[in-house]
Amino acid sequence: MVKTIYNGEYEKKAITDQFVENLGEMLEKDTDVIYLDADLMFAFGAGLWELGDKFPKRVIRCGIAEANMVGTAAAMSVMGMKPIIHSFASFVTRRAFDQIFLSGAYGRKTLNIIGSEPGYKQTYWGGTHMAFEDIAMMRTVPNAYIFDIVDGVQFNKLLKKTIDMQGIYYYRTPLADNIAVYDETSEFEIGKGIVLKEGTDATIIACGRLVTISLQAAELLEKEEIHVRVVDMFTIKPLDEELVKKCAEETGAIVTAENHSVYGGLGSAVAEYLGENDPTVVERIGVRDEFGEVGSEEYLRGRFGFIPEKIAKRVKEAIAKKKA
Amino acid sequence: MTVNELKKFATDVRIETVKCLEARTFGHIGGCLSIADVLTVLYNGELKNIDPKNPKKPDRDMLVVSKGHAGPAVFATLALKGYFPLDWLPTLCEGGTRLPSHCDRIRTPGIDASTGSLGQGLSLANGFAHAAKIKDKKNRIYCLMGDGEIQEGQIWEAAMYAHQYKLNNLVGIVDWNKKQIDGTVDECISLLDIAEKFRAFGWYAVTVKGDDIEAIQMAFKQIRENQSDKPGVLVLDGVKGSGVKCIEEMKFNHMIPVDKELADQCLEELEAVKNSL
Repeated sequence: MVKTIYNGEYEKKAITDQFVENLGEMLEKDTDVIYLDADLMFAFGAGLWELGDKFPKRVIRCGIAEANMVGTAAAMSVMGMKPIIHSFASFVTRRAFDQIFLSGAYGRKTLNIIGSEPGYKQTYWGGTHMAFEDIAMMRTVPNAYIFDIVDGVQFNKLLKKTIDMQGIYYYRTPLADNIAVYDETSEFEIGKGIVLKEGTDATIIACGRLVTISLQAAELLEKEEIHVRVVDMFTIKPLDEELVKKCAEETGAIVTAENHSVYGGLGSAVAEYLGENDPTVVERIGVRDEFGEVGSEEYLRGRFGFIPEKIAKRVKEAIAKKKA
Repeated sequence: MTVNELKKFATDVRIETVKCLEARTFGHIGGCLSIADVLTVLYNGELKNIDPKNPKKPDRDMLVVSKGHAGPAVFATLALKGYFPLDWLPTLCEGGTRLPSHCDRIRTPGIDASTGSLGQGLSLANGFAHAAKIKDKKNRIYCLMGDGEIQEGQIWEAAMYAHQYKLNNLVGIVDWNKKQIDGTVDECISLLDIAEKFRAFGWYAVTVKGDDIEAIQMAFKQIRENQSDKPGVLVLDGVKGSGVKCIEEMKFNHMIPVDKELADQCLEELEAVKNSL
């Protein structure tokens, strides 16, 4: 069961600090847990280096060599270890996709993959670093799980579960300025979306960074007497088809919202399911056929339509289509 | 096994490989034949604590065949060692087979790593070797690579990692048979001196003739005794298609049709070798 604490404020404890604490506990408790990084431990702060000093055999610096990191970690899982690997979302998926696919998934190995700062979260590092296609790639890996993370509580609670599971788990993980949504007592069920706000006129099915922006859009729409349901579809694969169907039937229009391309991501997954099973009006909010670029978070959100006003407008368009 | 018995075993690996490919009418014959001798040494003494009746035996020495297309030669070796019946071999690549063209740890008893996209195996071997060290296990990990394969950049990422983490329980093997699909390695992307390259990456390297069983045995021993805290590599100076003259002499012999006529020619030559031993 989840308990929400959403009031628009940032998480009090940063996701990075929560992770370092969680990883420290996992390393302490279980001698099979191992963490590998491709020269981006820095992203989690000094605490991770301290863990490296404390657990020198199981906090591994792989250097700038993502492909080798993926293969090495995957093979470690065959030897009974429980690997967590990290790089930016762009580098760990785009650059090492064949290794994830073959050395990892095809060989039935286990990887907890943290792809950090997905999509526009790369801000000033620009289009070279922006992964708007990682979900699309990872969805094609048979049996892989994909999570688009909302806050530190969700990330760390899920990681605590998957660390003891077998298979490929991909975490798209923003590392800063996450608005708190979940209370630390929350427990998450993998593959089950969470209704964060009830509504009857339409449903916004969002993931990751777009969840709180969608909640803000829903608040705007309430002022116009438009009642929108908001779902945090944090597991993109396997998709919670039952919930998608329920939302489609009960609200008649679906708007998807993701910090990702509309090609192959959450919007595609939802539209594919509905197209085959329950044709429904679907509006997809995401990056269209284009690359990322540099800019502040505020600039990039505006640039890609990830702001409450634009989402509210798309919801109204979806409702209008439904009526037509 | 005596050296003569090992030579017979290697010849049997070649015979069974040819029959296996004949059943499918095509296959990666050149790079299969060129590793028959090293597979013979590995599976007859070099790999410790292995058991054909218990292919997943804990703490066994492990082999990653990074040049996954050499599957048929490995399958022939495993069948001869009793991991599975010889009559599995003609099922190579049939729908639902336990023996796909490329090595697959899920389908085939005795295969330790799924490979097929070249350049990835040394990282897998790193993972096995590093995990073994972390867990204070004594097993050793071997990784058989093609020469063309080491054109892949990931091999050198892995080579640096193995040195950094002092994986002295790791032994790379490079099948330096001088040819790849589109021509000789030197015509494609030259590797220059492979042993020197690995030495420059901090490895202990030895080069021997790829078809010299005694030299291969001695080289593994030499690596074990001298690698100290370094990963070791054995470069096999060999010939693609080795052991069968009509294949060795082909300009392109990576993946070729293997019809009955060619198979018979190969088998006749191999039977003569076997009878002479």
